[in-house]
Amino acid sequence: MAHIQLKNISKSFGNHTALIGLNLEIADGEFFVLLGETGAGKTTTLRMIAGLEKPSEGQVFIDGVDVADWGAAERDVALVLQQYSLYPRYTVRENLEFPLKPKIRRLPDAEIKDRVDRAARTLRIEHLLDRKTDRLSGGEMQRVSIGRAIVRKPRVFLMDEPLSALDAKLREALRTELKNLQMQLGATFLFVTHDQIEAMSMGDKVGVLNHGRIVQTGTPQEIYNNPRDTYVASFVGSPPMNLIDGRLVDNRAVMAPMNFELPFSGGARTSWGLDTGGATDGRPLVFGIRPEDVYLESGAPVEARVHDVENHGVEKILTLRVGDTMLRATVPARTDVEIEQPVRFAWNPDKVVLFDKGSGVSLRHAS
Amino acid sequence: MAAVRTSSEIGFNRAAIVAVLVVTIIFLAPIYWIASTAFKPRNLATTIPPTVVFQPEISPFVKLFAKRSQLRSPPTPEEYAAAPWWERVVFNGGEKIVRDGKGEVQWSGYPSRFMNSLIVAITSTVLAVGMGTFTAYGFSRFRVKGEADLLFFILSTRMLPPVVVAIPMFLMYRAVGLNDSHLGLIILYTAFNLSFSVWLMKGFMDEIPKEYEEAALVDGYTRMEAFFKIVLPEAATGIAATAVFCFITAWNEYAFALIMTSRRAQTAPPFIPSQVGSGLPDWTVIAAGTFLFLLPVAIFTFLLRNHLLRGMSFGAIRK
Repeated sequence: MAHIQLKNISKSFGNHTALIGLNLEIADGEFFVLLGETGAGKTTTLRMIAGLEKPSEGQVFIDGVDVADWGAAERDVALVLQQYSLYPRYTVRENLEFPLKPKIRRLPDAEIKDRVDRAARTLRIEHLLDRKTDRLSGGEMQRVSIGRAIVRKPRVFLMDEPLSALDAKLREALRTELKNLQMQLGATFLFVTHDQIEAMSMGDKVGVLNHGRIVQTGTPQEIYNNPRDTYVASFVGSPPMNLIDGRLVDNRAVMAPMNFELPFSGGARTSWGLDTGGATDGRPLVFGIRPEDVYLESGAPVEARVHDVENHGVEKILTLRVGDTMLRATVPARTDVEIEQPVRFAWNPDKVVLFDKGSGVSLRHAS
Repeated sequence: MAAVRTSSEIGFNRAAIVAVLVVTIIFLAPIYWIASTAFKPRNLATTIPPTVVFQPEISPFVKLFAKRSQLRSPPTPEEYAAAPWWERVVFNGGEKIVRDGKGEVQWSGYPSRFMNSLIVAITSTVLAVGMGTFTAYGFSRFRVKGEADLLFFILSTRMLPPVVVAIPMFLMYRAVGLNDSHLGLIILYTAFNLSFSVWLMKGFMDEIPKEYEEAALVDGYTRMEAFFKIVLPEAATGIAATAVFCFITAWNEYAFALIMTSRRAQTAPPFIPSQVGSGLPDWTVIAAGTFLFLLPVAIFTFLLRNHLLRGMSFGAIRK
């Protein structure tokens, strides 16, 4: 088990800069999820911790030791990839034994057998042990991949989108299993994904990566409720947070360009450290509101038309149209609405997040 | 693939089968010619029209392996009766087997030439494929400065027919004493095959996901161990295909063997046509020598046929 720290890491490949001034700290026994879009630099970060890539600048510490001169073998980390981490010529058992047999830490045969059997039991792949890996299904393969990691009891588990190639059902099942496994082992996990649902549901902590920079680090709740900027706000959450341009006038949020107004007063205002007198009024802002904090009510202040309805079983996601502005609202499934029907809506002002229009940074994070 | 075949598809299939048969027959005809001539009596080898039905004989092979000389007078009945069967077939052709002072049968030049061919072809193939595999791995996995230029340079060694450098090579070899030596030919053939081997192996290496080795590296293996345990088995198909091509090139090479070697290290290709018989050309002996010469490549290719099939279509399957 280990504590990992990345200090001021930059990495470029030729002219392409993959990471810029990255700082990251992963506590011992933490399930840390690195979330970002394709090309954000997630895999590069992972490979640098694994020792497969050297940072152009900055340092990697494992348990407080600078590991710049350590090869991949010495770092004692385990890597689970999206695919191609099983050897096609080997059986499942041989694949599981492989990490226990390198010269530098070869274990006695009895110990190897014991560990392989235990890992197989944990992952429920005992019946597959003698099968060749090309005869496995996607889910079985990924279980074996994880098995290859856990047999070794490494200091850190690094997982590069291990669930992305699987179908939805399996992904959900393995998500839970993986999380349970991590708690059971008490191990440090660094899990890389582009899927914000995975990040939210599995991570003790989430780091959002965008264009080679860490945008925000925090618990899933922090990231969800208090996004640092409009990028995080729109990336995390499904459907994403509504972002509407506007400004504050007195105790109202006045949306441009369509000039509809929503209340924003008292507690909501003071929670943002804004004076009640209206001195900050007029500043161009972006108002962020989660779809579940937008609700329909007959006496609500704004009228909109229902543009689209998505039925998700327990709930419906409505797209509301006010002039040219679209916003999403999550409503209970029993709500009866039709497309083009006029509705009235309001928001929960306490849940509104204010972003500076120019920089896109949340007013709470600006200072 | 459509489960139901239309009649035009069936017709096309039949036409394709006929075409394949015709091509196969055209390709196999010379091999049949060589094989049949190798078992013919000498007087039937050059008949017009060709003799198709004949009593096969082993005499061409006896003559191929034993040193012979022309008989001045027919053997006496006692001599004939005392001779073993393989000597009689030579007597029948008006020749006798040369023996040394102790009566030991003298070998012809063929077996040693055949051995030379095997030594040179196998060694140069192992060297070319081995070095090619390592080089290709390096090019495939690491960022090499000027990679494209280097690869082009390697390829450019094949842009001229090798024979154009035969005279300078001959002079250089004579100066350093490499002419008529196994080492000299091995170096030459390895050099010719290396560029081919690097390029072919690079294609195969690129096909092997680098994740395999990275997983091994992270698991505590060195780059070398990962290469031998993971990459090499995965590359077996490519290695087999490359080895067959290199072996065929080295085995069949004629021009340099003719120029660079005379006795000690001479390979079979320049030797066979030089043995046209002690009197008139004996085509049956030449055919026998050629027939045996064809066998190693045929056997080698046959043993590796499964790998070759995958090798021929590499890139087209499995991704």
